Amino acid sequence: MRILVVEDDLEAQRYLVNGLKEAGHVVDDAEDGEIGLSLSLSRPYDVAIVDRMLPKMDGLKLVEELRQHGNVTPVLFLSALSEVDDRVKGLKAGGDDYLTKPYAFVELLARLDALMRRRHPAAVKTRLQVGDLELDLLTRTAKRGEASIDLQPREFRLLEYLMRHASQVVTRTMLLESVWEYHFDPQTNVIDVHISRLRAKIDKGFETPLLHTVRGAGYMIRARA
Amino acid sequence: MRAPRLFRTVAFRIVFVYIAIFAVSAAGLVAFTYWNTKRALDTQTDQTIDAEIIGLSEQYQRLGLGGLADVIMSRSVRGGQGLYLLTDLQHHPIAGNLDGWPQIIFRPESFVEFNYERRVGGLSTLRRARGRVFSLTGGFQLLVARDVHERHETVRLFSTTLPWSLMLMLVLGLIGGGLMSRNLLARLDSINETSREIMAGDLARRVPVRGNDDEFDMLATSLNRMLDRIERLMRGMREVTDSVAHDLRTPLNRLRNRIDAALRRLPPESDEYVEMESAAFEIDQLIATFNALLLIAEAEAGMAREAMARIDLREVVEGIAELYAPLAEEKGLAFDVAPSGEAMIAGNKRLLAQALANLVDNAIKYTPEGGRIRVSIENTPSGVAMSVADSGAGIPAEDRARVLDRFVRLEASRHSPGTGLGLSLVVAVAKLHDARLDLADNGPGLKATLVFPHDTARARSSTSLPLAAK
Repeated sequence: MRILVVEDDLEAQRYLVNGLKEAGHVVDDAEDGEIGLSLSLSRPYDVAIVDRMLPKMDGLKLVEELRQHGNVTPVLFLSALSEVDDRVKGLKAGGDDYLTKPYAFVELLARLDALMRRRHPAAVKTRLQVGDLELDLLTRTAKRGEASIDLQPREFRLLEYLMRHASQVVTRTMLLESVWEYHFDPQTNVIDVHISRLRAKIDKGFETPLLHTVRGAGYMIRARA
Repeated sequence: MRAPRLFRTVAFRIVFVYIAIFAVSAAGLVAFTYWNTKRALDTQTDQTIDAEIIGLSEQYQRLGLGGLADVIMSRSVRGGQGLYLLTDLQHHPIAGNLDGWPQIIFRPESFVEFNYERRVGGLSTLRRARGRVFSLTGGFQLLVARDVHERHETVRLFSTTLPWSLMLMLVLGLIGGGLMSRNLLARLDSINETSREIMAGDLARRVPVRGNDDEFDMLATSLNRMLDRIERLMRGMREVTDSVAHDLRTPLNRLRNRIDAALRRLPPESDEYVEMESAAFEIDQLIATFNALLLIAEAEAGMAREAMARIDLREVVEGIAELYAPLAEEKGLAFDVAPSGEAMIAGNKRLLAQALANLVDNAIKYTPEGGRIRVSIENTPSGVAMSVADSGAGIPAEDRARVLDRFVRLEASRHSPGTGLGLSLVVAVAKLHDARLDLADNGPGLKATLVFPHDTARARSSTSLPLAAK
């Protein structure tokens, strides 16, 4: 994947670029908004990581310009600003996701995966399948093998999100934001309880577990361990 | 709804009191003038009559009864001002231009007003006269009077018109007062409306200034200047929190990056990896505390007012209950949401959700297994109350105020995870919404209630005011 990193803090940039390269991505970097804009307009990127505060051209301005040129490259904002309405501003300007510094690298990677996945959506699906677990999005039913699974509406959304990002790490924050639409840090890990309930429903009594915990990162649903 | 509000205005009350004072003093002035004028006119009449009586009695003494009768006859012009009647003791007329003795009792030396019939040609009219009786030697009675009919009529007209005039004045005054109050109200309403919009978060709004330099313009100008200053302060506060956030987050970010980079290089089973992992955890805790502090500062400074919207508290409660119920059940707690009606308030949904989450999280943390947690919304006289009640250990009454301070953790909770900022954030969110946080004994347990006052719940709900615009 080709990733553009626009970040003026050179040390942070170096770690970011190295980390992304280690994860197997092709990375370009820019130190200010103007270079960032001209790069993102001249080369095709799968995703751009843009800092909110940049010299020469603010991150918000950069993304607005980008969108005005009809460029739809997914953008993930990184921000060290205070948060209350900054997220809203970022998303309004045309950003696709928003991460506050400092962030855990796994969180960033998981979000980038999700953004890139969004960029290349498969044909509109009405069924999701992982191993022998099937989710019918039209009838809102789930079954594993021949056994049908009874899910609460929120459990269905949780499972749907996990299955749409099958074989990808999904963090707790991502789940809280996407499935519950909350953007705050719950002091207790409430998500874990929801996951363990879901796990009891889809994995209990089956030989191969599908829902896995990824140490230090989050969760992943996939067919084979 | 319009009329009562109009009558309650200060302008209307001032006008009303003014009219009342004016009416009383006008009536007093008119009465005094009337009384004084009447007295002066009466005195004049009385003096003329006295002079005539003296003259006539002299004539009587000099010329006798026949002479007096002649003089009287010569003075008695029918339809004239002077009225005379000379009678014997039985009031049989001897001479004069009055047809008969008036049907009233005359006391000697005192003037009396009476009605008499005047015939001029074929016409007979009842007219008013004023006069007195003089007893002549020999038992003859002389009545000398003057016709005061014109004066009497004027007075009568005057006294019937006066109440009507006063009434008219009152009505005109009230209408004028009403119009004036309406005008004042309209201008005050525009100020009120602007204030409300500003309170609801639109800090860029200003009170309209008409440019005629009246008191309202002066008030509006001062208010606007105050608003400019508040806006500047808010912007300053935002810049400060932004730069504090930026300057602290940047090094923390580098630190987190380094740890992440190290973690990627270390074998996951090594001791160093575990060490690094716990360092990352500590940093995340630090960041959580920092974020909470920043959020509290921002909420307290009212910055999040910009994101205020009309929301139904029920949705907040339902969402958080759904998120936390499994956690409570996992701990063996009964968790339920009391059914309630619609509870619309103006609020920041995200912050309210977080505040409620903190309260529920605390309740779950401090309620032992087998306990019970109940979240409810109630419409109380003082406002919309959202509460979280648990059956845990509760908070001793003497500690309840203290736990709302930042970083305060009671002995019992010292060893459970948490930043110690949970309740402080709830307090800040409450403040932002003009709400208050009550901590009460739930016997046993704690009942934490956020009360959103009705006026803020309502005032911000409607943008149109009863008297504004139309």
